Order: sequence, then structure tokens, then C-alpha cells
Amino acid sequence: MTTEKKAPVDLSKDVQKDASQLLQKEMIRGNYERLAQAEENHKEKVVYTFVPGNLNELVMCFDVVGNYPEINALQSAMQKKTGAYVMEAERAGQDEDVCTYVKADLGMMRKGNIGPAGKKLADPDLLLLSYTGCFTFMKWFELLRHEYKCDTTMLHVPYQGDGEITQSMRDYVVKQLKEEVIPALERTSGVKFDIDRLREHLRESAKAEDKLVQVLESAKLKPSPIDSYFGGLYYVGPTFSAFRGTPECTAYYDALWDEVNERIQKGQGPVTPEGVMTEEKYRLVVEGPLNYTHMREFWKMFYDEGAVVVASSYTKVGGNYEQGFRHDPDNPLESLADYCLGCYTNLNLPSRTKMLENYLNDYEADGLLINSIKSCNSFSAGQLLMMNEIEKRTGKPAAFVETDLVDPRYFSPSNVKNRLESYFQMVDQKRSAA
Amino acid sequence: MKCFIGIDLGSTTTKAVVMDEFREVLGRGITNSRSNYDTAAAVAKQEAFIDTRFTLLEREIAKIPDAAAKMKILLADLERNFRKTQFLEQLKDLEETCISNIAGARFAGVEDQVREIMLAIFKDIADAAHEIYGPNAERKSDFFRDVAGSRFMRVAEDMAKEAGISYELLMNVYDKAIIDVENRPPEGDLRGKFHLGLEFLMMENPNIDVDKEALRDAVNATLDIELEETYVVGTGYGRVRLPFPKEHIRSEILCHGMGAHIMFNGTRTVLDIGGQDTKGIQIDENGVVKNFQMNDRCAAGCGRYLGYIADEMNIGLHELGPIAMKAKKVPRINSTCTVFAGAELRDRLALGESRADILAGLHRSIMLRAMSIIARSGGITDEFTFTGGVANNESAVDELKKLVQANYGDVTMNISTESIYTGALGGASFAHRAVMG
Amino acid sequence: MGTQEIIERCEAIHEDLNFTAARDWKAAEPGRHVIGHLPIYVPRELIHAAGMLPLGIYGGGDQMEVIQGDAFYQSYICRIPRSTIELALTGRLDFVEGMLFPSICDVIRNLSGVWKLTQKDTYVRYMDVPQNYDKEIGGRFYIREMQELLEGLEGISGRKVTNEDLLASIKLFNVNRRLINQLYAMRIEQPWNIPVTEVYLLMRAGQVLPVEEHNVMMTDYIAAIGDVERPQKDNTKVVMNGMFCEQPPLNLIRSIELSGCYVVDDDFILVNRWLREDVKEEGDALKNLSDCFIDHSTRTSATYEPSEELKGAQLVEAVRKSGAEGVIFAAPSFCDPALLERPMLQDVLDANNIPNIAFKYAENTGQMQPIREQAGTFADSIKLWS
Repeated sequence: MTTEKKAPVDLSKDVQKDASQLLQKEMIRGNYERLAQAEENHKEKVVYTFVPGNLNELVMCFDVVGNYPEINALQSAMQKKTGAYVMEAERAGQDEDVCTYVKADLGMMRKGNIGPAGKKLADPDLLLLSYTGCFTFMKWFELLRHEYKCDTTMLHVPYQGDGEITQSMRDYVVKQLKEEVIPALERTSGVKFDIDRLREHLRESAKAEDKLVQVLESAKLKPSPIDSYFGGLYYVGPTFSAFRGTPECTAYYDALWDEVNERIQKGQGPVTPEGVMTEEKYRLVVEGPLNYTHMREFWKMFYDEGAVVVASSYTKVGGNYEQGFRHDPDNPLESLADYCLGCYTNLNLPSRTKMLENYLNDYEADGLLINSIKSCNSFSAGQLLMMNEIEKRTGKPAAFVETDLVDPRYFSPSNVKNRLESYFQMVDQKRSAA
Repeated sequence: MKCFIGIDLGSTTTKAVVMDEFREVLGRGITNSRSNYDTAAAVAKQEAFIDTRFTLLEREIAKIPDAAAKMKILLADLERNFRKTQFLEQLKDLEETCISNIAGARFAGVEDQVREIMLAIFKDIADAAHEIYGPNAERKSDFFRDVAGSRFMRVAEDMAKEAGISYELLMNVYDKAIIDVENRPPEGDLRGKFHLGLEFLMMENPNIDVDKEALRDAVNATLDIELEETYVVGTGYGRVRLPFPKEHIRSEILCHGMGAHIMFNGTRTVLDIGGQDTKGIQIDENGVVKNFQMNDRCAAGCGRYLGYIADEMNIGLHELGPIAMKAKKVPRINSTCTVFAGAELRDRLALGESRADILAGLHRSIMLRAMSIIARSGGITDEFTFTGGVANNESAVDELKKLVQANYGDVTMNISTESIYTGALGGASFAHRAVMG
Repeated sequence: MGTQEIIERCEAIHEDLNFTAARDWKAAEPGRHVIGHLPIYVPRELIHAAGMLPLGIYGGGDQMEVIQGDAFYQSYICRIPRSTIELALTGRLDFVEGMLFPSICDVIRNLSGVWKLTQKDTYVRYMDVPQNYDKEIGGRFYIREMQELLEGLEGISGRKVTNEDLLASIKLFNVNRRLINQLYAMRIEQPWNIPVTEVYLLMRAGQVLPVEEHNVMMTDYIAAIGDVERPQKDNTKVVMNGMFCEQPPLNLIRSIELSGCYVVDDDFILVNRWLREDVKEEGDALKNLSDCFIDHSTRTSATYEPSEELKGAQLVEAVRKSGAEGVIFAAPSFCDPALLERPMLQDVLDANNIPNIAFKYAENTGQMQPIREQAGTFADSIKLWS
């Protein structure tokens, strides 16, 4: 146990939360409230969309409220509701093999579309299908459209097959934005598109993105003041969803940076649900999404051993900012295109491999851990090769665990713990041999 | 004397190894893992200590003139008789437990009859003990549950039929009792059992040409040696359930790597196939783990798969390999899923394919899975060691050899009959290192 | 040539995991190149116009043991990527200079990266076809994609591809498509004379042979079928759906027919029939290909259906046109596109009173009993109802 609070763990008791975390919680609550209001008084139009490649700045130009099914699914998973949702969707004919994010969402809808905040969420007026880096998104919204029979608009973001964004890709995305997406949003909302409004949001986004990068890169310090995977999930929350481009979002990152900076000054480690980590024994880079059904239990397996995640790819699925990309008010649509094209799962395997290799070196990590997610082929297919390749290139050890996003049936605590322990002990053994 | 103990708590069996301060292995013990992990660990350890006593006894007997030449027979007979004594002790416990369990509504009106049958069954088993542990008898398993259980079932079935009593009823009594008995490790009165064993031995061999007093003294001398549990390291799938402090726990990956290194110094790649998982481990020249991979959540390719197949075919796990070795050809079994493999097996049997051929195909398919785990961990570049319970299966070994040869060419492949103890051996070595440095 | 001879040849091609026919083609003349591609659609006309052989790669089937390939993929990922990489790692594709990975799903998409990391001497391209069906948007993007592909091919051959080259190839593939459509039409008319396995084997042969040779083969087969008279059975006509990527074993397809079904339409080798109309044979060849793609593409679960009203329309049309009495959904295990699409298609079929059943398979499925059982029961129940 390497946290300051030594009390025996009771996963049900209240966890330690930072001011920034409370702020974020309030923001999320506010958005769910808007969605509930939209259901009750039909004043605001509702747009459903996805996290990777989300066009939040653009969506906000039309005074509509955004709903993110992935976020609902993960929030529901943390509330232990998704097991029932997934089964409900399977009862309705979805196959056991397919993505559980989709099934959790369909199951929630079938059970009355009661959101994570306990209130019924408004039905969509528009499904904004911007699918970056995952084919399943396309089928997901086709399935929702099949149920809601509502207007749907699609943004096809080409894959970076050769590891670069070409002008042809950018033109294609911009053209779709101009001729498909914006007209659809205008149709739904009745609001005329105002590019200056978009510029204003983009300017605000860039500010938050600067701070986010500062926070994430603070993990290069020893000890790292943050955990870039479990903690990182909270840090990327606002920019990944309905808040990017708002002053609240910028304020959140200012508050977050102040907290992180304070920990840096004090030489402190990350905050865990059981307090501040006191000893940093292992620095890890993690590839792959999180498990939400057992997130606390999963995290505990790390901080109990003194393991800190210093960089992760998951915190780049909804935007990849470390290489310098920022939303750009001077090139509004082009920068939205580049944002979509640059999200992590839209990168090809060699680019992803290179990125993780750089993380291992730049963040002086002890090794790589892959959390392979049953639901997410976009992430998972090819991970074993990436792992071997990175081991070869860096000489640092890698480990592989398998879980799922929101299906509790695919989280086997003893299995995961067994592998993690073996991995940490292997790192120890290697160190003492060196 | 100082003893360093490694305990490997596997999903099917629990193993223990006792090592002395010179890193020499003194004893090994094994028992079936059971609902109570503490007991499994305690029994395995006790067995390893008994085995240690036999090792030490061997040293003592070697000092007796004329005895050294008969060492093998003496020790084998003594151990056999020791086992018989232990068996009878546990059988008594089982009998009493069974009798006391005959109560309640289900037995209304037949209590006396059931009790009578029970007594008769246990008398039969006790009488058979001399035969079960006879000089040339072969036992498929040494676990009390297996030895007593198989005999009980056979006798109970006959007697139930004869008496017109439900066989299920008798088995219910037994099933409940065996769990209790298993979770009560045999008593520690080693001295008594050793001497009783020795008396049995002398009864069996009245003309043995060894100084009997000297033998008794040797037993006493051996039992007088104090075996100190200097340090214990636990490993294996169930290690988190062991009542040990954290620093006494090592992952099975580390232990298997180290154990394989101790058994075969040149090992660089280890394949371990256990009941629950398959591991591919890469180690360096010091036995330090460089990389490892385990099977994913799918159980196909683990020892359990073979257990399942054995159940499907209604034969013993130990019979699988020998039957498969009689195959004339090895059909391709495509079902990677354990449950589907069972269905495919029935399908093929129905189509008239030979049992031996199908089994050979199944062994090949489990080894194919193992090959992919090895490939994931980095492949085979040098000396290769196969450990775990499945390494005792000759057909599995045969298929593995072929596949390794085809994919990695001529590499040294080590397999030892002791390979099931690899993890425990590694654990004992870590225990040794913790104290002796 | 009789049908039996032709089918024997196809069978040999199908079973040959070393692609000897393609190797022979390449070896026949110096400077020839072979470009492999995965299902479901690539503009093969471009490869042909560059003087190269497009080689369809459809996994390893049920006859190949996958050892190294399994080390690349978790158990919850379908089988085709593992057997495909196994083909490469065992040297069976060592004569292939380029590989194209069409946009089917995330697994095949990522397989392009696996190729880039492990097959460094091979030209690798992910073929992103547009999901936007507007000529000015998706169409333009697609033309640029094709131009980039052509540049890549020219890099291999060192020879410029002209518009004339492309138009000539378009003509040949138009002929091929017409022959294939003719065969499918004949199959609807007389399914007892043209077993589904023969149709399938002919389709597979077209993935390995040069189009010129395949055109001759198809012409010969169609001519020879007139001499064939097989007993007509009281089978139920069905359309099969979901088998567009990882292919079912031939035995599975045969089992469906043996269990009392005539498969009168399918989505097995989609690249052969992806474009549902001829491509224009004069003018700007890339524009023609793009226009045809935008206007006349097959709809499958790997593509986006912009209109909810049209979801499943092509499947219903296939049922109506072929006179089928039901649909059998067969999807590879862990195939996200096919399995996610299925419930929507089932709804559409139900709304049109078209009976349907569903099961899963893998390319190496060894057990046919349950499939025969299901397909047989399905066929019987349809006969009972009607």
C-alpha cells in the first residue's frame, strides 16, 4: 500500500475528489439536466454524437444540446447498470460477439432511456454520425436510427492508412462538413450557421487544449503528479465531450492545472481514490481503453503496487494534442477536419506503435501494458504485434491483460491481478538482476 | 535443519517442494486442490515433509550394513506401507463422518439399513487396502479422494442394487463427507505411522535379511531431525488465497521460470500448461524472466480442456495420452472452443472415426494453441523446457515435439517427470534466496 | 470442355494455398506483378490496367493450420486475419508485390498496419472507399484514392497507366460481370443443374486467374451447362447473407444445399458483383469507375446506408428477383459489421414476411451437423407454411 491513507479499503465509501473533479461532475450533471429538460419541455433540440471526432464547437453553434451515448454507457457501467443493459440488448437480438458499448446503449434505450443521472434522456432530433477510427460507430447509429427513425447525418473521416493526413482527406471532410453536416444541423435547429461563432468556440478550445497538454506532460516528472490513464480519464473528460469550446471547460483546465502544479511544487504523486500516492515504484505506459465496470478495483491493482501510468493512448481517442495540433479559429473547418483525422484510433498501426515507443522513452517508463478490450477491434486488432514490436525497439517489458469496456462478464479480477502482479515482479526481478 | 519450502497452489493440484540450505531438493508433495486452499497447501506441505523424511531415512539406512543393497525395495515397501497406514487412518475418518451424516428426513425409515450398508462398504474398502497398497498394485492416483472414491462408488452401486436402496442416497452421504474429510488434513503422528509402516513391511517380508533393530533406529534417528520451516514462498493460481504475507508470495511466472532454470540450466523458453492457463515464458541465463504471455480468457489449450475431453469420453485423464498414442492418423480438429470440441468429438465418434485418432487430433489442437502462446512470448530460440501437469501426457509431448521441430527446427527440448513441481521448486528457490541471499 | 472438367480445375485452384496458378502467370513473362487484395471490393480494373494480376486473398480456409497467426490475434477476433497473416508468414504470398486492404471493418483495416510492420518489402495500401454517396463529395475523394493507387502501382511497374489502358480493362471486367450475372440468373432458373458449390468455385477461380482466362472459363461453363441434366429436387430457395468477408468452408455451403435448400443468391465473393451495372467504356475511366461506384454499389453491412427507408432494400429485392422463399443469415463469429447489421435486416425481412434464420461459422468450422439441422428445419418449415 503506497497511499497516504492506510485505512482498509472499502470500495463503497466516498472517494477523495479534487476541486476540479467536483467542477467536472457539476458540468456533467448540468448537461444531463439539459437533456432531461429537453425531454420535458422540448425547447432545445437534441443531437446524439460520438466522442472520437466529435464536432462539439460546431454543434454548439446551433444551440442544440449534445448527448454522447459512449459517455452514458461508461457512466452507467460505473454505476453497475450495464450488465443488465447488455443482456437486454442481447435478448432483443444483438449477438453476444459484438461491441458492448453498442449493446449497453441499446439496452438503456429499451429500458426507457433513463440516463446515468436517473432521468429520462430526450430522444434525438438528429444523429450526428461522425465516426472516427471505428466502423462500429456507423452501425451503432444505423441501429439508433432504426429505432428512432430520426434524421441522421454522416461524416466519413478517412483512415490514415499511410500514416499521414493528405489534402484529399482534408478536402473530403471539409466538403462533407459544408454540404452535409452543417445543412443538417441548420435543418434540425432552425439556426443559421455563423462561422464567427464557431471561431469563438475554437479559440476557447485551443486554450483548454494547451492546458490539457501541460497536465498530461507533467507526467514526465518524477514522481509523476498525475495518473495518465485512470486519472487521465477525468482530465480528458471535458475536452472529449459536450464542453470543449466553452469557457467552463477552459476554467476547468485552469483549476486542474493549479492542482497539478501544486502537487508538482510539493513533489507529490497522483491522487487516487484512497489518497495521494506516496511511492512511485513503476512507471507505465498503457495502450487501450479502460474497463468501467470495475474501474476502482482495476485502479487499485495499480496504486497498491505503486504503479503510475505516465502516458496512455486512451487519453488521445477524443483528440491528439501532444504533437501540436490545436483547434484553429483562423482555419475553422480545416482544423475540425484535422482534429477528426488525427484522433488516436484513426492512426495506422505503425504510427500508433511509434507513438507508444516515444511515450516509453520520453516519459522514462518501465514498460508497456496493454489492456485489450473485447469490444473494441479498432484498438485491439494488431495490439499483440504492436506489443512485440515495442518490446523489440525499446527493450522494455510489456504485459497484456484482457477486459471489456462495459460488460462486467469480461472482467475477471483474479485473472487481471495475476498478470499484473507477475508483470510487476518481472520488472523487479529484472531491476535486481541489472 | 533449515528447510525452504515452495508451495504451488494450482487449480487442479497443489504442489510443495522442500529444499535444504545447500539448495538440494529433499522432498516433494502433491495433493488435489480443494475448496479450502489452506488445507490444500497444508497437505501438500505435509506430503513434501513426509517425502523429505524418506530422503533423510535413505541417508540413515545407507549407514546400516547389508541394507544399502536393498535400499530400493526397503524404501519402496516402507513408503507403500506408510501410505496404507495413512489411507486407513483417513478411511476411518471418512467412515465415521459418513455414519454421522446419516440423519434427517431423507433417511426416514432406512437409517439402520443405510448404516449397515455403509459399514459393509467401509469394511470392504478397508479389507481391500492391503490389495490396493499391495506390492505390485498399480494406483492411478494417490489422492485419498480418488482411491477411496472409486472403490466406494463401485461397492456402493452393487450393494445399493442388492439392498434395493437408492445409489444416489449413498453417494450423497459420501459426497458430503469427503469434503469434510479432505479439509481435515491427516494427523501429524508421523512416528506412529512410520513404525506401523515398518511393522507391515516386516510382516510382508518375514525373512528380510536386515538388522530390524537398526532399521527401527534409523527411523527414529530420521524422525529426530528437526525440520525447521525456515521460509515459505507461495505461488500458483490460488496464491492470493494463501494465508501468507505479501513478501512470501511470488507469481507463478517467476517461479516457473526459475524452476525450469534449476532443472535445466540452459533453458531459455518455458512452456507451462496447467489446469487453468498456459504460459509461455522467456528467461535469461540466470532464470530471470524476460517476457511472458498467458492464454487469453479462452480455456481451450489448457489442462482443463483435456479434463473435459476425458469426461466426455468417460475415461480417466491419465488414459488420454496412452490411447492417443495408438492413433494411426491425426485428424484436424478445428474447434478451438472447449465446448465445441466436445461436440466435434461426439460427431466424429458417431461417424466411426477411431477414438485413438480423434484423441490424437485433440492433443494436436491443444498443442497448436500452446504454440501460439509461445510465439506471442517471443518464440523458441534455444533450449526449451515443457512443464506442468500436461507434460506428463505422452501424446501431448509427442505432438509438441513435432510442432516445435516444424516451426523452430532442432532445439533441445527438456521434459521431466518432475515437471509438475517446477513452480514449487522455483518457489523454494526464492524462499532460499530470501534467507540465504 | 464439360462442366465437370471446369469445376475440377476450379477445385484445384480453390484448394491450392500456394496460388500456383497466379505464380505461373507471373513466371510466364518477366516484369509481371501480382497485387493481392482482401474482400470485399477493390477496383481491380486499375491493377489490370497496370499490367498486373489482381489476386483475391480470402484467408486460409479449413485446410490450413494456423500457428503463428494465432499469436497476432486475441480469441475474440475473427479468423480471417490470422490465417491471412499466416499465409504471408509461411511464404505462401512471397510472390505478391502489393496488398490492398479494403475498408470492411476495423480488423481488416488494422491488418493493413500489420502488413506494413511485418512485410516491409510489400506495397501496402488501405483502400478507403467513400461512405458518402455524392459524386461531388465522395465521388471526388474516390477518384483521388484511385489516382493514388495508380501512382503506387506505377511505382512498382515503372510504367505509366493511360486512360486507354483503363478503358480496356473496364471492358474486360464488364464482360466478366455480365457473365457472372448470367450465371446467377441461370442458377435462379435451374438451381438443380448448377449446384451452389459450382457457382462458388467458379467465383473463387476468378480471384486467382487473369480476367481474360476467367472470361473464357465462364463462357465455357455456361455453354456446357446446357448438356447437364440433373434430377430436380423439392428444395427450398433461399438467399444467403453475411458471408462477404471470411468465407465459409465449401463443406458448409454444400451442407446447406444437402439439407434441402437451393441457394439462389448470396454475398460470397462480392468483388465480382459489387458494381451492379456496367462501367461506362468511354471517356474518363476513373470518373466512370467512381460514378458507377456511387450510383450502383452493392449495399452491405460494411457500408453506410444513408436512407433508413432503403435499409435492407437490396436484400428484399434479391429475394423477390430470385423467387427465394427465405433468407439464411450466416455470419463469421466476431464479425462486427455482419452481426450488427443482422437485427436491422431481420426487421426488414419480418416486415416483408420473408422467413429467415441465422447462425455463425468460422472459415475452419468443422462441424456441419448443427448447420444441416438448422437449414433443414428451416427448409421444411417453409414448405409446411406454404
